[in-house]
Order: sequence, then structure tokens, then C-alpha cells
Amino acid sequence: MADDIDGAVARPPERPESALQLWIGRVLRGGVFVAALVAVFGGLIYLRRHGAALPEYATFHGVPNGLDSVHGIIRGALQGRGRWITQLALLLLIATPVARVALSVAAFAKERDGIYAAISAFVLALLLYSFLGGSF
Amino acid sequence: MTILDSTLWIAAGSFGAGLLGALTGLGGGIVIVPLLTLVFHVHLRYAIGAALVSVIATSSGAAAAYVREGYTNIRVAMLLEIATVIGALLGAYAAAFVAPRALAVAFAVILLYSAYRSLRPLPDRASAAPPHPLAVRLRLNGTWPAPGGEQSYTVRHVPGGFAIMIVAGAISGLLGIGSGALKVLALDQAMRLPFKVSTATSNFMIGVTAAASAGIYLRRGYVDPGLALPVMLGVLAGALVGARMMAAARTRHLRTLFTGVIVVLAIEMLVRAARGEF
Repeated sequence: MADDIDGAVARPPERPESALQLWIGRVLRGGVFVAALVAVFGGLIYLRRHGAALPEYATFHGVPNGLDSVHGIIRGALQGRGRWITQLALLLLIATPVARVALSVAAFAKERDGIYAAISAFVLALLLYSFLGGSF
Repeated sequence: MTILDSTLWIAAGSFGAGLLGALTGLGGGIVIVPLLTLVFHVHLRYAIGAALVSVIATSSGAAAAYVREGYTNIRVAMLLEIATVIGALLGAYAAAFVAPRALAVAFAVILLYSAYRSLRPLPDRASAAPPHPLAVRLRLNGTWPAPGGEQSYTVRHVPGGFAIMIVAGAISGLLGIGSGALKVLALDQAMRLPFKVSTATSNFMIGVTAAASAGIYLRRGYVDPGLALPVMLGVLAGALVGARMMAAARTRHLRTLFTGVIVVLAIEMLVRAARGEF
């Protein structure tokens, strides 16, 4: 990707937001990388146990119990179940942009930028509501 | 076909979608839903759930690169994310009450719009005209690393851009896509940001918008890990390879080809919706 040369074009810290930019880049790439690794791990377990079965995606019947809530996913993943581990990876992936917003709240607050700290906090609250709302 | 077979085929198809999406700049996410429903006969709701999750993966990778190069306007993104996230929550809630057939038709319309935009790119309307008063108060104006050095730009029509972003968020939540084309419309055409800044800022916002509806989709059982796994990894790998090949590839013909594929998929979705197959 185009940012592989970031060592060569390291920007002098003249931009007020350069530290935030650096950290946002790290969080986004790190989150996706970890999620992909965990997903592969869960997928291998799932395919080894169920790879020979027949897929059932043509009709919609939701997902098995426990794959649709945060605590259900964590419980299944701790039991070493492949699909639950993969779902945990997807949860990490969804949490990655949320972490980016949380980081922005902290960064704007540190810069004493009240308006943007409030804007970021509001977006974060909406995301957490979507993420955890109702059935945590 | 066993689960292992279908997993490998879906991964291969998603890889192709991610590769072509990155090479043409159109994004691979938009063809994932038609690919899954038309070719692999996956139910539309599962397809939308898997596509939405994969959108987060690819947009986060690209957003990380843009933000470190200084193209992204973080303040504009943060402000407009209020609009896209509210839109996405409304769209994701509405998705449960809209018949799959109607969703398929809406999807076909979005596909045709994207194809049209890819054939007739919008002009770069960045200007140095006086900014919108809100842009001054919220310090939205910025600078970007233009080819000739740092260049400053002003931001216009803030309320208009905000309104378009609510719609973009709603469509993203309803159909499980990034709706980058609509986001760029708001940033580029309404708010008059430079083209590269629009693209980078749109990419930056896509992950947060998608995360808002993904939470609701997950709780509704639309996100099946067995399906989302090959889609997410396939698109991600395709996008990474595509970004590396970008300089060497001749993207013009590819773009025409990919646009043709999008049109064919759109027509096929309309035909099947008319037959009541969704």
C-alpha cells in the first residue's frame, strides 16, 4: 500500500494534528490486522469441523443463538468454537472505527478543543448505542 | 457443494471484486451483494450483512494510508459523521421492515448510478471562494499536500453537505454498502473540497458509518461468520493486491470492463426482482 514509504516521507511536526493522524493510522491498520488473524484462526476450526456439511444461506433464518450478542459471542469464543471465534473477529473489526472515534475524543479534549471533543463524544455515544443497545 | 467448497469459491469471487474495485477506484463492496445473491444464491439479508462487514475492513486500510499522508480532513469527517451515523441507524432499523425485493430494486438503482458516475466523472469544483460562515466557526477549512506543495482550501455549503450525508448514511445502513459515491458527492460537489481530500475523507467516514449499522445487523442475525469470513478476507486481500498493482495496471480498460459488469449485475437484479425471486 501507498503508506509503506512513510519512513521516507516522515512529515515534520508542523501540523497540529500530526500525532493524532499517526495514531489513527495505527489503530485502523492494527484493528484490521488483528481481526483478520483471529478470523482465520476461527475459520480453520470451523472448516475442520463443519467443512463437509452443506451450506444453508439461501433462506434467511438468522444465526444460531449466541452469535448475535456480545456476551454470547465471547462465551462461545472462550469455549473454542470456530464460528464464535470468527464472529469475535468481526466484532473486533466493527470496534476498530469505534476505537478511532474514542481516540479522537481524547485527542480533541487534550487540545482543549471543546466543540470537536463534544462532536466526537456524541458520535461515539451513537456508535456504542448501536453496538451494545438493548441486548448486551 | 460443501461448506468448504463454497467458502473457497466465495473467497475467490470476493478477491476478484476487491482487486477490480481497488484497481478501478470504484470499491469492491458494491458488487459483493449481487455476487453473493445472483451467483451463490445467498439470501439478500446475509449478503448485506457480510458486505457491510467487509466494507469496514477495506475502508479502514485505505483510510489509514490517506490519513497519514495528510489528505483527510478529520474535522469535516467528525462533523459529518453525526449525519452519516444517524442516517445509518435509521437505515439499519428500516431494513428489517423493507421487503428483500424492494431492497434488491434499490440496490440495482445504486449500481446503475455508480456505473453512470464512473463513465461520467464529476468535475473537480474545488475553489478559493469565500467559505461558509459555519466552516469558519467550526474551523473546517484546511490544507492538503497538492503536487506543488501544501495548498489551502475553503469549505462551502456546510448544511447542504450535512443533509446529503444523512441520506448517504441511510442508504449505507439499508443496503450494507459504503455509499462512497454519495459521500463524495456531498464533499466534492456541495462542499467543494479538492477531489483527493473528498476521496480520503469519504473513505475515512465509511468505516464509522458502516460500524453504526453493523452493530444492529449483528444483533438481528444478518452477520453469519461462516459467510462473512471468506467475503471479508477475500475482499481485503484483493484490495491490498490491487493497491500494489495500481501503478502498473492500465486502469482505463479495466474501468470500462468493471462498469460493464456492474450494469449487467444491476439488470440481472432487476429481472430477478421482477420475477419475485428475492
